[in-house]
Amino acid sequence: MEPVRSIESRTVVLPFTNIDTDQIIPARFLTTTTKEGLGQRAFADWRYDASGAPKPDFILNKPEAQGCSILVAGRNFGCGSSREHAPWALLDFGFRAVISTEIADIFRNNSLKNGLVPVVIDERSHEWLLNNPGANVRIDVENATVHLPTGESVKFPIEAFARYCLVNGIDELGFLLKQDEAISRYEQEHA
Amino acid sequence: MNAKTLFEKVWEQHEVVPETADTPAVLYIDLHLIHEVTSPQAFSLLRSKGLKVRRTDRTLATMDHSTPTDPDEVSGRVPIKVESAARQVKELEKNCREFGIELLGLDSDHRGIVHVIGPELGATQPGKTIVCGDSHTATHGAFGALAFGIGTTEVGHVLATQCLLQRRPKTLAINVSGRLPEGVTAKDLILAIIGKIGVSGGTGHVIEYRGTAIEALSMDERMTVCNMSIEAGARAGMVAPDETTFEYLKGRRFAPKGADWDRAVERWCTLRTDPGAKFDREVDIDANALEPMITYGTHPGMVIPISGIVPDAANDPVHAKALDYMGLNAGERLLGKPINVVFIGSCTNARLSDLELAARVLKGRKVARGVRMLVVPGSQQVKREAEARGLAKIFVEAGAEWRESGCSMCIGMNGDVVGKGEYAVSTSNRNFEGRQGKGSRTFLASPATAAAAAIAGHVTDPREFLAEFKSVVHS
Ligand code: SF4
Repeated sequence: MEPVRSIESRTVVLPFTNIDTDQIIPARFLTTTTKEGLGQRAFADWRYDASGAPKPDFILNKPEAQGCSILVAGRNFGCGSSREHAPWALLDFGFRAVISTEIADIFRNNSLKNGLVPVVIDERSHEWLLNNPGANVRIDVENATVHLPTGESVKFPIEAFARYCLVNGIDELGFLLKQDEAISRYEQEHA
Repeated sequence: MNAKTLFEKVWEQHEVVPETADTPAVLYIDLHLIHEVTSPQAFSLLRSKGLKVRRTDRTLATMDHSTPTDPDEVSGRVPIKVESAARQVKELEKNCREFGIELLGLDSDHRGIVHVIGPELGATQPGKTIVCGDSHTATHGAFGALAFGIGTTEVGHVLATQCLLQRRPKTLAINVSGRLPEGVTAKDLILAIIGKIGVSGGTGHVIEYRGTAIEALSMDERMTVCNMSIEAGARAGMVAPDETTFEYLKGRRFAPKGADWDRAVERWCTLRTDPGAKFDREVDIDANALEPMITYGTHPGMVIPISGIVPDAANDPVHAKALDYMGLNAGERLLGKPINVVFIGSCTNARLSDLELAARVLKGRKVARGVRMLVVPGSQQVKREAEARGLAKIFVEAGAEWRESGCSMCIGMNGDVVGKGEYAVSTSNRNFEGRQGKGSRTFLASPATAAAAAIAGHVTDPREFLAEFKSVVHS
């Protein structure tokens, strides 16, 4: 995994609460056996009309959303299905971080394992971000801080080990494989 | 010794390495269930790193999500229509062969929805840690297991190491007092719970369902409750094992036998929350006060009693968006709302007792003209038993379609879909936009409410039908 130390970008805002992973990537696109190309399917049912043409008024189709790598979303983002296709689709679209006041557990876990940074911030800063789409925001992963263009900086919680892995580009599997001795011991004791 | 919750006991018994400030715990996984949709990329990872599956004996595979339920497609008489699904089926067959994993494949008599077959085969047991690349893994918590959904990267971790890196979640007790009234089911209970605590009310927590109303539930019903824990955002849901649990498990394929059984039961009896143990949060629910429930919106927390009205949330654009999608107005009653499709199925409500309940409502009746009713058993074993007991006949005679087992219309990625703009009363667990097919509109409810709607052709209170047929049915 590539190290993720800092992300700076304009934001894209999806103000809805409870955006579930069926919206992020509808189930009919899960019949893939690879991770590639899912970005095109991200938010497919909101993004395309019945004929498959992009809806011009949906934010991800607008010119100002292109090249943005920070998504700001309403409370409880990523709830529902455990499909890792959701963070894969967001990453493939170009996002590197998601900011909300609440991010669902499994989605958060899945995101961290793929280098998509889940950022949970306080309601006041969130409100500001919702009201200022396109704001230039910097996420400092190393110091777990979001820098707003107002000059304000906001701390966000991130599990210590997950941050260590993100910042150093370490993948957890390597760490787990190194626990082999402890795992074998556990297996013997619990056989 | 300090008092511990059920969750804490199971967690601590599986710590290979306890957590520290810097690192999460290394948690041992007793049972890893896999299916065709969330595993292919995990096997690719193993292959690319030259890794083996550490414990094939603790890994069990089936196919359910993308598999067809049309008997002709399943038997191979006609090809699988959804071509990409056919590819996933092949891929899982190949992966299981190559890595030496037991697969209950399309031709297996023991195949079914992963969360139905685990318990049915007795692989799900009290005190185990169980994971699957599927958020409804919480179902298995009904046995007092710690069971939760994981992503595909973690599927790879468990395949390679039989372990996961995990931070210890918080605990939430949901105390359900009283007893469910006649005609009110476990599905209504869990919908009411989600309505009360909200779809993110359980985030970061493992729920333990307790109290007299929970103790009175059968294993099928406990599974229905635990199944939808994720719909409240919780990592897992658990019920302490008791005689009901042991009786269910005894004699099943993977259950311990002989002296091992006695030892297991002795151990399982210790798996209950000690008096005085502290939960991080507690919520109380009175079962006596519950009614049949039905959802009206686009997440399971948007739920009302069947006789209720669609709430008004003036100035809430998200609420307005949901009602617009559903084609409903605030202040409207759902009772009498015409429907197009009825789906009885899914890991929430496709076990034998669910089908019995639906059959009890349907017996001697006909599905209303213009309504499509699909009954999809949770597993091939459920299918056989339902046929042997005459339930399938009741469904077919009523005019419903009787299918092979699978996820079917719960997820709409296998050819079974609700059409655009159509209303479905569904016994599944998610009413998200497009969940049952692009543009589909879902009312989540119990098998009784779904069957009653099929007969009436509109949303209706199932209790009228249940009272009428009470005497006709064995149980
Ligand atoms: S029945 Fe539905 S919820 Fe259950 S495992 Fe299948 S797709 Fe998931």
